[in-house]
Amino acid sequence: MGSTLTLVAFWILFVLVVASALAVVLLRNIVHSALYLVLSFVGVAGIYILLEAEFLAAVQILVYVGAVSVLLIFGVMLTRRGNIRQSNLFNAFSLAAGVVSLALCVLIILALARTPASLPLGSWPVDTVGALAEAFLGPFVVPFEVAAILLLVGIVGAILIAREVKEDK
Amino acid sequence: MAWAALAVNWLLRPKRPQVGDQRETYECGLKTQGPTWVQFRIGYFLYALIFLLFDVETIFLYPWAVKFQVLGLFAFIEMLIFIGILILGLWYAWKEGGLEWL
Amino acid sequence: MLDALLSSWGLPLWAVTTIRALVYLLGVLAFVFLNAIYLIYLERKISAYMQQRLGPNRVGPRGIFQSVADAIKLLCKEDIIPREADKWVFLVAPIVIFIPAIMVYAIIPFGPGMIAADLNIGVFYFLAVASTTTIAILMGGWAGNNKYSLLGAMRTVAQMVSYEIPLVFSILGVVMLVGSLKTSDIVAAQKEIWFILLQPVAFLIYFIAATAEVNRGPFDLVEGEQEIIAGPFTEFTAMRYALFYLSEYTNLLSVSALAVTLFLGGWQGPWLPPWLWFIIKVYIMILLFMWVRWTFPRIRIDHLLQFNWKFLLPLSLVNILGTGIGIKVYQALMTGGW
Repeated sequence: MGSTLTLVAFWILFVLVVASALAVVLLRNIVHSALYLVLSFVGVAGIYILLEAEFLAAVQILVYVGAVSVLLIFGVMLTRRGNIRQSNLFNAFSLAAGVVSLALCVLIILALARTPASLPLGSWPVDTVGALAEAFLGPFVVPFEVAAILLLVGIVGAILIAREVKEDK
Repeated sequence: MAWAALAVNWLLRPKRPQVGDQRETYECGLKTQGPTWVQFRIGYFLYALIFLLFDVETIFLYPWAVKFQVLGLFAFIEMLIFIGILILGLWYAWKEGGLEWL
Repeated sequence: MLDALLSSWGLPLWAVTTIRALVYLLGVLAFVFLNAIYLIYLERKISAYMQQRLGPNRVGPRGIFQSVADAIKLLCKEDIIPREADKWVFLVAPIVIFIPAIMVYAIIPFGPGMIAADLNIGVFYFLAVASTTTIAILMGGWAGNNKYSLLGAMRTVAQMVSYEIPLVFSILGVVMLVGSLKTSDIVAAQKEIWFILLQPVAFLIYFIAATAEVNRGPFDLVEGEQEIIAGPFTEFTAMRYALFYLSEYTNLLSVSALAVTLFLGGWQGPWLPPWLWFIIKVYIMILLFMWVRWTFPRIRIDHLLQFNWKFLLPLSLVNILGTGIGIKVYQALMTGGW
């Protein structure tokens, strides 16, 4: 019974994620697109919950729904001009965008094909949070510190661009 | 099985208050009014960006804090380096006036 | 008890858990609504007494039914949707703001075993869900198609995201001491000593940041009436406005409840039943919030953000560092070596 419910929940989430992702692309109002993107993020968090990755789901909510979406909407507010109801139209780049998307899709499918379809049962830890800490402070400490540097580079770049924008005004 | 039920409830939970509240709203009349307002732009972007930086930091800090008493001194130092790099970002933003009100 | 009763009816396990969750949900909803309505009355009374007024005193003895009357009034009001508004976003925003406000109660332990979902990630779940409130406020501010709304929403969100960081960092100190994110573990760890004594700086940071998170004075820029009318809620009327208003008090209640759980020993206390202790402590926290609100003048937006980034955030980082060193020194003293 439980697995049926999980399956139903998965399909509901699947429809939610895909439909809202399509809405992001197809809607004409860019603010609506941003809001549907948030909905899609929430759906992905739901799928994480189904996979019993509670911490990852919370991270998805905290970072994507709570922070990235705010960043996106602030960005939209910062850059938009003209009629907001016609701000997300199809334009001449659709061919290039299609090619890039297709390439990305192929890449993801290849990566999926290389991953073993089923992990050995009982191997995953119950305390995912603690296991994560032990992983990134132990064997994965170098990527962990590199992530910090990546974040630093991101912030410095953004400040540099913002300063130029300010000076232009 | 208990967990699956919980997950479905999780999905159900937010939807419950909607129904009750919506019904209450719809017992009222409908009337439109209001002048046209033009939209305008604002540069709050930098705050959001620095926020994102530290938000991402917290997702690393929480697992670390949970395991803090078990992990050794070395992990503490690793985390200090991590925080230190991000403080560098804050310091740079501070120096460049990114924290000032536009 | 409920489990046993339901099982005796021959229901399968998943039905039992579903029904139990629904019962918890209804209980939490009732608790939250009653408290929010009472809090509105309480706030009006307290602000009145602090300003040497009488406050509501017509409806019922000492005006105790004033909020109920207001609620009924708001229910009967017209629901006005501005013609220029972004209709669907406008319709959805008040609902969206209420979802996280209710969802966070899932991890609050009202008493031993009185918790809707004792998640492994407990406190982190609270933070994650609470952080989505910003989206609802942005939606509300944007949908009204009103300058005041949008300006108010942008300011509020800038404030909320800024103060979220010290809030999150102040809780880290407690998590480091407990070594668990489960709220039940955190309460249990405070059997000997409340964390407000071990983490006074964290409590102070939490208190300031939480005040800002729920947009209360002196950080109530969201509705700086003199500048931006009612901020993001300007265009909302009737029940939609009431939902924003209610969610504000619901959030006040939840941050107070989390403060009690994290710093004031949760439901633990002598003689009285645990749930009563919990309520008493929550109300002490709420009175503290109200006292602050009616004592300090509203702060200016640039001061507000600079205070956060240039004082509160570094302070919270120092607190984490101090806690870390403290724990390590304590461990060294106890075991006689690193």
